[in-house]
Amino acid sequence: MAARSKLWRRDTQAAWLFLLPSLVLFIMFIAIPVIAAFMISFTEWDLFNPMKFVGFGNYTKLFNDDIFKKVMGNTAYFVLASVPLQMAFGLAIALVLNRNIKGQTFFRIAYFLPVVTSTVAAALVWSWLFNSNFGIINALLQMAGVTNPPKWLASTKWAMPAVIVVSVWQNVGYAMVLFLAGLQNIRTDIYDAAALDSARGWKRLWFITLPMLSPTTFFVLIISIIGSFQVFELVFIMTKAGPANATNTLVYYIYQNGFQFYQMGYASAAAMILFAIVLVATLIQYRMQDRWVHYG
Amino acid sequence: MARHARKTRIDWILFVVLLAGTLATCGPFAWMLATSIKPGNEVFVFPPTLLTGQPQLHNFMRLFGTIPFGRSLVNSLIVCLSITLAQLIVCSMAAYAFACLTFRGRETLFLIYLAALMVPSQVTLIPNFILVRNLGWIDTYQGMILPFAFSSFGTFLLRQYFMTIPRELLEAARLDGCKHWRIYVWIVLPLSRPALGALAIFAFVSQWNNFLWPLIVTTRPEMQTVTVALSTLQGQYNTDWPLLMTGSVLAVAPVLIVFILGNRAFIAGLTGGGFGGR
Repeated sequence: MAARSKLWRRDTQAAWLFLLPSLVLFIMFIAIPVIAAFMISFTEWDLFNPMKFVGFGNYTKLFNDDIFKKVMGNTAYFVLASVPLQMAFGLAIALVLNRNIKGQTFFRIAYFLPVVTSTVAAALVWSWLFNSNFGIINALLQMAGVTNPPKWLASTKWAMPAVIVVSVWQNVGYAMVLFLAGLQNIRTDIYDAAALDSARGWKRLWFITLPMLSPTTFFVLIISIIGSFQVFELVFIMTKAGPANATNTLVYYIYQNGFQFYQMGYASAAAMILFAIVLVATLIQYRMQDRWVHYG
Repeated sequence: MARHARKTRIDWILFVVLLAGTLATCGPFAWMLATSIKPGNEVFVFPPTLLTGQPQLHNFMRLFGTIPFGRSLVNSLIVCLSITLAQLIVCSMAAYAFACLTFRGRETLFLIYLAALMVPSQVTLIPNFILVRNLGWIDTYQGMILPFAFSSFGTFLLRQYFMTIPRELLEAARLDGCKHWRIYVWIVLPLSRPALGALAIFAFVSQWNNFLWPLIVTTRPEMQTVTVALSTLQGQYNTDWPLLMTGSVLAVAPVLIVFILGNRAFIAGLTGGGFGGR
C-alpha cells in the first residue's frame, strides 16, 4: 500500500510537470482572455483613455443599433444559404465516391484542395472571377446571351450571393470528407440484410443510408453553422463589408468596431453574442450526439 | 448480368459528372496561374484569353524585387514552423499526462481543455491583442507564435492516439525503472508518428492560412505574414490583377504541396483521428 501511494505521488508530480507548458499557455491566452473579454464587454474603452464601466450599456446599444440588426440579418442570410448548399453538395459527392468509383483518391484531393487554400488567396481569385467588367464569370454569362449580367461585388443585391458561392466552393470538400467517414462507418451487414429484402437504389439510400448517416449529418450541420457564423476573410477581401453594409457580418463588425473604431467594449459585446451562438450550437450537438436516432 | 452492366453505366455517368465538378473546384487555381503569367494589358481584353500567347515571369520578378513579398514568405515559414513545433511538444506532453499518467483532477482538467474548443478565436481576440500590445510584442515573432503554441484540438488528437498504445509496454518500461520523460521520448513519441504527422500538417496548414491575428499584431511590412502581405497588395495595386494573382499563387503553392504530399494524414486528423484501421 505504501509503495503504491509513493508510486502514485510520483505520477502526480510528473503529470504536472508534463502539463506545465500547456497550462501556462492555456491560462495566458485562452482562460484569462475569455474572462477579460466578458468583463471588457461591460465597459467603454478606446485603449487610450481610462476604461469606463457602463453595465449592460453596450448590449442595449447593440440591440438598438440599426447597423448591427443589418449585420445579424446578413449573417443569418449567409448561414442559411451557405450551410445547406455545402452540405448538399458534400453529401452528393461523398455518396458517389463511396461507390468505389474510379479515381477516388484523385477526386478526394481535387475536391478538398479549396479547404486547405488560404481564404485570403481564394477570395482574391474569386474577386477577379466576379469582376463585373473583365471577370470570366460575366464573360461567360455574356457569351451565353445574358445581356446585362450582375455587377456582383459592386451590387447590394448580388454581393452576398457572390460571397456565398465562394464559401460553398471552399467548404464542400470538408463536408464531403466528414460524410465519407460517416458512410464508411455504416456496417455492411445492414446493406446485406437490405439486399435480401431487395431494397436497392433510391430506396436503399432513403431508408437505410440516410437514416444511418444522420449522426454524421447532424455533426456536419453544427460544425458548418459554427464555421459560417465566423465568416470574415471573404468579406474583408471581397467587399470590405460593402456596398452599403450589404455584406457586413458579425465577425467583420467585431473587427470593425475593435480595430478600426477602437471601441473595445462595444466590439467585445458583439463578440459575446458570437460566443453565445457558438456555445448554444455546441451544447445542442453535445446533447444530441448520444440520443440521435438511427433505425439500426 | 444486366444489373451489372447498368451499374457500370451509372458509374461512368457519375465519373463524368465528378470530373466536371473538379473543373469548378480546381478551375480558379488554373485561372490564378494563367493570369499570373499574362502581360498586364492582356487582362483587359474581351473576351478573356484562356492562355496567353506571351507568357512572362515579370510579375514574379516584381513581387520579389520592388515589393518585400519574399520577406513575407520567410515570415510565414518562420511563424508556421515554430507554431507547429511548439504544438507538437506542448500538446504531446499534455497528452502524455492525460493518457499515460494518473493524477487527481485529470478528468476535470481534460474537460476544461476540451471546453476551450468551444471558444471562437474572435472572442479572445481583443484581450489577446491588448496583452500582446502591453508586452511590447507588436511586430514580433513571439507575438504571432505564442498565442497559438497550445492547441486543445492537438492535445485531444494526441491523447486519443496515446490511449491506443498497449499499457503493458508502458508498465514494463516502468518496472525496468524507466523514468517518465524517457518513456515519453523513447516509447510513446516514436510509436505515435502518424498522429504527430497529422497534427503537424494540420497546424502548419491552418497557421499558414491564418489571417486575422497576424493582421492585427503587425504594422510594419517587414513583419507581415503572406496572407497579410497579400491583403496589403490588394489595397495598393487594386486593379493589377496579374500581380495579385502572382501573389496568390505564391501564397497557395506551399500549402497545396504540403497537402498533396500528406493528404492522408491531414484528412485522418480532421475526421477525429481515424488512423487507417485503428
